[in-house]
Amino acid sequence: MDSLILSMRLAACVSAILLLIGMPLAYWLAYWNWRGKFLLEAIVALPLVLPPTVLGFYVLIALGPHGPIGKLSESLFHRGLAFTFGGLVFASVLYSFPFTVQPLIASFETIDRRLLDASALLGASSLRTFAKVILPLSLPGIVTAVVLSFAHTLGEFGVVLMVGGNLPGVTRTASIDIYDHVQSMEYAEANRMALVLLIISFIVLSTVYGVNRRIGRRMWASWAAR
Amino acid sequence: MLKAQLQKARSASARSSFVLDVAIEIPSGITIVFGPSGAGKSTLLDCIAGLLKPDGGRIEIGGEALLDVAQRIDVPPAKRKIAYVFQSLALFPHMTVEQNVAYGLADRPAPQRASRVKAMLEAFRVRQLAKRKAHEISGGEQQRVALARSLATSPRVLLLDEPLTALDEGLKKSIMEDLRGWNAAQNIPILYVTHSRAEVDALGERVIVLDQGKIISTGTPHEVLDAPRRSSLAQASGFENLFSGVVTELRESDGVMRVRLVKGACEIETPLGHAAVKTAVRLAIRAGDILLATERPYGLSARNVIAGKIIALEQRGTMFVAQVAADADHAVVFTVHLTLGAKRALELDINQPAWLVIKTHSCHVLED
Repeated sequence: MDSLILSMRLAACVSAILLLIGMPLAYWLAYWNWRGKFLLEAIVALPLVLPPTVLGFYVLIALGPHGPIGKLSESLFHRGLAFTFGGLVFASVLYSFPFTVQPLIASFETIDRRLLDASALLGASSLRTFAKVILPLSLPGIVTAVVLSFAHTLGEFGVVLMVGGNLPGVTRTASIDIYDHVQSMEYAEANRMALVLLIISFIVLSTVYGVNRRIGRRMWASWAAR
Repeated sequence: MLKAQLQKARSASARSSFVLDVAIEIPSGITIVFGPSGAGKSTLLDCIAGLLKPDGGRIEIGGEALLDVAQRIDVPPAKRKIAYVFQSLALFPHMTVEQNVAYGLADRPAPQRASRVKAMLEAFRVRQLAKRKAHEISGGEQQRVALARSLATSPRVLLLDEPLTALDEGLKKSIMEDLRGWNAAQNIPILYVTHSRAEVDALGERVIVLDQGKIISTGTPHEVLDAPRRSSLAQASGFENLFSGVVTELRESDGVMRVRLVKGACEIETPLGHAAVKTAVRLAIRAGDILLATERPYGLSARNVIAGKIIALEQRGTMFVAQVAADADHAVVFTVHLTLGAKRALELDINQPAWLVIKTHSCHVLED
């Protein structure tokens, strides 16, 4: 069960970090119009279509002792990031990025712009408008974003294998564990872990459907189906 | 006093592109901005509120500049102290009526805020709805809450963008009376935008007529709309019949002139205008101002009796619209409005001969 706890820890860290970065980025992408916006939108969506090995490979290079992030980490903490939990978090944040940002953009965009104008005309700052109007009205989108990025991180395999390797207790996540068991013909153990992941995924998705049914929005379904 | 002088080019992608170019001075009390859809009315309000940035110009309230493009002054909307009620009202759907009204009062101490909210809810007669969610109340109640919310902050100007269009006359009147009552004490300039002729007549205040981004007329509704000087305005204010003609004769002692329509052989007597003989003019006649007879009428005071033939009949709601051609090749076709009862009583049918009766003073001469 160590690997499952590790996966949960990883997913929780990644969802929290993604919510923190995703919120301002989604706000910016939803409400500002500028010429080069489509490029940023394409970059945000890139992990949806990129093979995990491609993403994992470049992250591994970047995190390695000669990569920019690896060097930065060496100079700051005197240790590299490749094959560590920190490195895994970094790679997973990139990999699950669209699963947070796209539901957030979608829910921000459905808010009537006139509500934001009304808030400003009543003297509210952008921050107050965000807290009092945008946030409460996009709550279902935020729940969707958190739950999807959590579930997606929980289930990832390729990126983890590339960046984290297979160190018990450090980078051996649940999905790697299943792969390991199958490789060693331990089908009973593999099945136990697989079943747990299956159940968790089902619970997570039914939560999202349940939350979204009330506002009749199913936009995320196409991403979840991937 | 609100003074605004501004230019704003509408983007080429917008449905109608024009340059909004106006200079207005709005005193305290209600001023109506009237014009057809796409005339730039909402653009004007958005510029005053600071939601759109004009290309040039200056906006000031009581001498204080809110915008001066040349001097790079541009006060953000949150600091302009301008209230704006949108057509959609934009009440916060997740908040109660009370919370909506209190929204703009965040910087006041709680007891003061509570008493202000109570006073506003009472002034607009929605006190009993305080705890209800904004989406649970009726359209008219929502209008009242929107007014209470935007006026709670003691704004310096109130902008209203067709807020009452969807309401029936009685409700509209009662809300406007409450607004007038409230403004009797505050005395701020109120700009009321509408494209509805009926609303202008009902409100009966000072009117600014906007068309294609320009102010084309200012005055009382009667002065501005009953004698329109431009054909686009005539169409906007409900003249279904517009004809080009040439002045053939002036009878100054009678206060009338005769206009021959360019197409066909029709001649029509109109009130004396500024035009001289042989000048081209446009004639505007409301479809509801034309009488229709199935036999040649005699002994009438009306000076224009035109023989023709009914070429189309169509029911529109509780009204019949008849098209009457004044000549064989249908070069001049009049649109006439009839009640259902009149259509029945006259047993009207297509291809039937008909006579149109138009009073001289129902013919409006336009400058083009």
